[in-house]
Amino acid sequence: MLLNAKNLHYRALNEALRKTSDDCTVTECCGQRYIAAGMSAKNITISGTPGNALGAYLNGATITVHGNAQEAVGDTMNAGKIVVHGNIGDAAGYAMRGGKIFVKGNAGYRAGIHMKAYEEKKPLMVIGGTAGSFLGEYQAGGAIVVLGLGAKDNEIVGYFPCTGMHGGKMFLRSDCRNVKFPNQLTARAADKTDLEELNVYVSEYCDLFGYNLHEVLSSPFTVITPDSKSPYKQMYVAN
Amino acid sequence: MKLEGQVRIPSGCAIAAVISREGNRMSGEMITNAMKPMHDRSNGLGGGFAGYGIYPEYKDFYALHLFFDQRATRKDCEAFLKEQFEIVKSERIPTRKIPAITDEPIIWRYFAAPLKSVLADLQLDEKEFVARTVMKINTGLKGAYVFSSGKNMGTFKAVGFPEDVGTFYRLEEYEGYSWTAHGRYPTNTPGWWGGAHPFALLDWSVVHNGEISSYDANRRFIEMFGYKCTLQTDTEVITYVMDYLIRVQELTLAEAASVIAAPFWSTIEGKTDPEDRHKHTYLRTMFPSLLITGPFSIVLGFNGGLMALNDRLKLRSMVVGEKDDMVFIASEEAAVRAMEPQAENIWAPAGGEPVIIKVKDGGF
Amino acid sequence: MSVEFVYPEFEIIRNTERCTACRICERQCANKVHSFRKERDVMEADETKCVNCQRCVSFCPTRALKIVKSDCTLRENANWQNETIKEIYRQANRGGVLLSSMGNPKPLPVYWDKILINASQVTNPPIDPLREPMETRVFLGKKPEKVQRYQNGKLKYELPPQMELSMPILFSAMSYGSVSYNAHASLARAAKELGIFYNTGEGGLHEDFYCYGKNTVVQVASGRFGVHEEYLKAGSAIEIKMGQGAKPGIGGHLPGHKIVGDISRTRMIPQGSDAISPAPHHDIYSIEDLCQLVFSLKEVTEYKKPIIVKVAAVHNIAAIASGIARSGADIIAIDGFRGGTGAAPTRIRDNVGIPVELALAAVDSRLREEGIRNHVSLIVGGSVRSAADVVKAIALGADACYIATAALLALGCHLCRTCQSGNCNWGIATQRPELVERLDPDAGSRRLINLMNAWRHEIKELMGGMGINSIESLRGNRLMLRGISMTDKELEILGISHAGE
Repeated sequence: MLLNAKNLHYRALNEALRKTSDDCTVTECCGQRYIAAGMSAKNITISGTPGNALGAYLNGATITVHGNAQEAVGDTMNAGKIVVHGNIGDAAGYAMRGGKIFVKGNAGYRAGIHMKAYEEKKPLMVIGGTAGSFLGEYQAGGAIVVLGLGAKDNEIVGYFPCTGMHGGKMFLRSDCRNVKFPNQLTARAADKTDLEELNVYVSEYCDLFGYNLHEVLSSPFTVITPDSKSPYKQMYVAN
Repeated sequence: MKLEGQVRIPSGCAIAAVISREGNRMSGEMITNAMKPMHDRSNGLGGGFAGYGIYPEYKDFYALHLFFDQRATRKDCEAFLKEQFEIVKSERIPTRKIPAITDEPIIWRYFAAPLKSVLADLQLDEKEFVARTVMKINTGLKGAYVFSSGKNMGTFKAVGFPEDVGTFYRLEEYEGYSWTAHGRYPTNTPGWWGGAHPFALLDWSVVHNGEISSYDANRRFIEMFGYKCTLQTDTEVITYVMDYLIRVQELTLAEAASVIAAPFWSTIEGKTDPEDRHKHTYLRTMFPSLLITGPFSIVLGFNGGLMALNDRLKLRSMVVGEKDDMVFIASEEAAVRAMEPQAENIWAPAGGEPVIIKVKDGGF
Repeated sequence: MSVEFVYPEFEIIRNTERCTACRICERQCANKVHSFRKERDVMEADETKCVNCQRCVSFCPTRALKIVKSDCTLRENANWQNETIKEIYRQANRGGVLLSSMGNPKPLPVYWDKILINASQVTNPPIDPLREPMETRVFLGKKPEKVQRYQNGKLKYELPPQMELSMPILFSAMSYGSVSYNAHASLARAAKELGIFYNTGEGGLHEDFYCYGKNTVVQVASGRFGVHEEYLKAGSAIEIKMGQGAKPGIGGHLPGHKIVGDISRTRMIPQGSDAISPAPHHDIYSIEDLCQLVFSLKEVTEYKKPIIVKVAAVHNIAAIASGIARSGADIIAIDGFRGGTGAAPTRIRDNVGIPVELALAAVDSRLREEGIRNHVSLIVGGSVRSAADVVKAIALGADACYIATAALLALGCHLCRTCQSGNCNWGIATQRPELVERLDPDAGSRRLINLMNAWRHEIKELMGGMGINSIESLRGNRLMLRGISMTDKELEILGISHAGE
């Protein structure tokens, strides 16, 4: 199904998407919010700029965006896949529990904030460019990968990454010499097992956006994991 | 019910701006269109615009835009102005009747210059005198409100959705080299036009999104220097803070940005360039009461340029895009695309990182 | 002992004449206060562990036990009171944030107790609820501004989604994790039986309780635990938790050792991992962002569920509520500063926020001034303790009340205020299976139903006395209230006259 979104309200757009079982192509998208919220088993391709909360509560659908996406991509996502051939705004993948988000370019502030995991649900976010400050704040599960492709002189990640991290894993394609991490976690060079895990994530990224896997993986990676699943245990006194 | 100013009314918002680095003038239609895809960021209780370079034929005069509640107030106010200003033109601001905008006050504009004799008597600088006159009318003359007071610029605002406000003021008939826009989401219904944004003083205009948490610390400090925060809005206090830092303290725009959106101490301590570290340490120590915390994204308009700035935690969204000599700024990329579908180099400035765009040769 | 010793707050008095050393107290106490001293054939008590939950007292077959406040005190000092000094000792010993449970115990004004209710005399008749019809049914949800008709003149009956309650009370949010499975089972069953609602809190919805969906409010808090499409569609309404009266402005933190078994499954996070709820929703930093979350939830549930936005009563509550009312929310819930909690930093609980009575009055007045009171329904909570409190709240302008502490009391809670320990002897605020099973959902739900039936009758009695036979006529009917021992300012905010006026 082909949907021209020009001057179409998000409610009408989502209704049309919900009704059809076909794959959908949305064109001339400009700021419509909540596209595909909670949807499952559907392929949606969007050109233009989808609005905030793209794929919120997504439950299995696949969304491909040819363009940039705005704030709160994949908010509280449970399953499915979001592929953005551009950049994404702030708070992408907030509280996502499952599914995958691939971003060709950069992510804004607070990407992967409070990403979690549960049993077979293990979310993945791969950011091809750089990530803003507070990357993976409160991360409780899943994997966040930042490749820093085309970062040039910019740092791969902004300030205060991984604050409050208490689960999951983060991979940064950098030696992270200039990155300051909080105390309650371990940042180390990726070992062989890490690289095997990375290989799976990064090859999907390279396939999607046409990069050479070998080249991407030939740089050093830093792996960050939390020391404790319960970092604030000592903070309280019963009164 | 209490009006804006008698009570503090927090608001959320949408902002947008456009500027031509070459100083090419464009009609206000583009900025009006920018607000359409961000409709849901406003709630119909305030919208407004500021245009720079729109009054070239009167560029040496202050363009005073006023709301009046009734004809008698206008007459009183004119009498007051005539004592101290030479008024070269006085007219009703042209509007268009549309169903979406109702209850309009009397909307008037004056092109005026302070009388030399008055300035000499008071031993005041021209700008200072105009600023004081604006404060005097806004606090002392009931029913009159100056909402724009710069040269070769003007703000236009109303209660309504911003795209309707643009239509109401016939913005397509103006041409400016830069425009800013604001859609407001206040937590009340004052139904008062003065409460809409942009907020402007002299050439400064501010559009802002977010509710700052440092408000009263900032207000009580800035009021020591003759400013009166009559509206109790964030935008108003930010405008005064910027006026104070730039006009009075003579800081550069970037330095002023480093005062209000100062980096965290840990970030300052981590700076490898000692000069940069010293500068930030100095500015934070010098102006602790002007640090603004809580979410904000602002666009500050002035003659010859714009500055966009996010709070240091970047709690609000803001993107910048370019196309040829044009620069676009908005809360959402969709708004940039509405102005220029082919916009390039879209990026989101980091928290506390000012984006300053100046028009070639100062603009006019 | 040592400098670290803090004298216990309670003494356990055992009447040795009555005590048969049956050791029931020992078995009942999860804090291990009681023990049997074999050599002397007597029961002993270690009062340092006692939290005064009264479990042993309630179960002692010979009534041999009582717990009293210790009279061993520090030298009297009106400024440095005992409690204050002991808090300093505890912090100096351990260097941590003081943590408390349940509502603010400080002697701050309770406005409910300064408000008196009217009754009819002579000029109109009171009504006898035992023999005359008396209605307590309420619909919560947005009411459209204008009546719509089809072209043929027939009325369009479609309304925005509404919650139907048999009486104006809902059980407030308590997450599975902060309270036990059996506590949730009791609340869910009682809500169904009573035709009211219970609220999942932020810990997700256990699979066993999906069957109570019609009487369930599912909550979405900043941690988004257990939030997914099916969950959002499972209840009759969705509540966005922006804040809680006991701890406005801060998040939550269920420690990893409580994330076990079903709790982990329901929250959908691994066992042993801390469940941290951030202070803000990280997709809401401004009022227009709230609108975004409200509508994303409406989109995913196809506009079939009313959205409740719950906020703590704070200084600017009237403006905040007005903003919420303009953000697509159908219902606003306001939680006052005396509201309960499973755990909150003491300083926050005792010092942040405002009384719900003032917040409610301010919000209701403000929304009416702005002409948008009909856009939303109002639920208030944060220490609604009786049917009289409910009646006063409704007359001040609420549509319904949230109760939680009162419901827990019905389940056996004795307000010992140590929920954070996880050793609740009454099987409520614990996940230890042997303690949880002490709360029987059959008995628990029955006690809740008893309580609500009693309140319903009392509400009717009070309404009848005023000559009102339907709860709608009480809502916002502030003339039915008078204040006593209040300042002019307090009366002005409450919008009521002084008694005698």
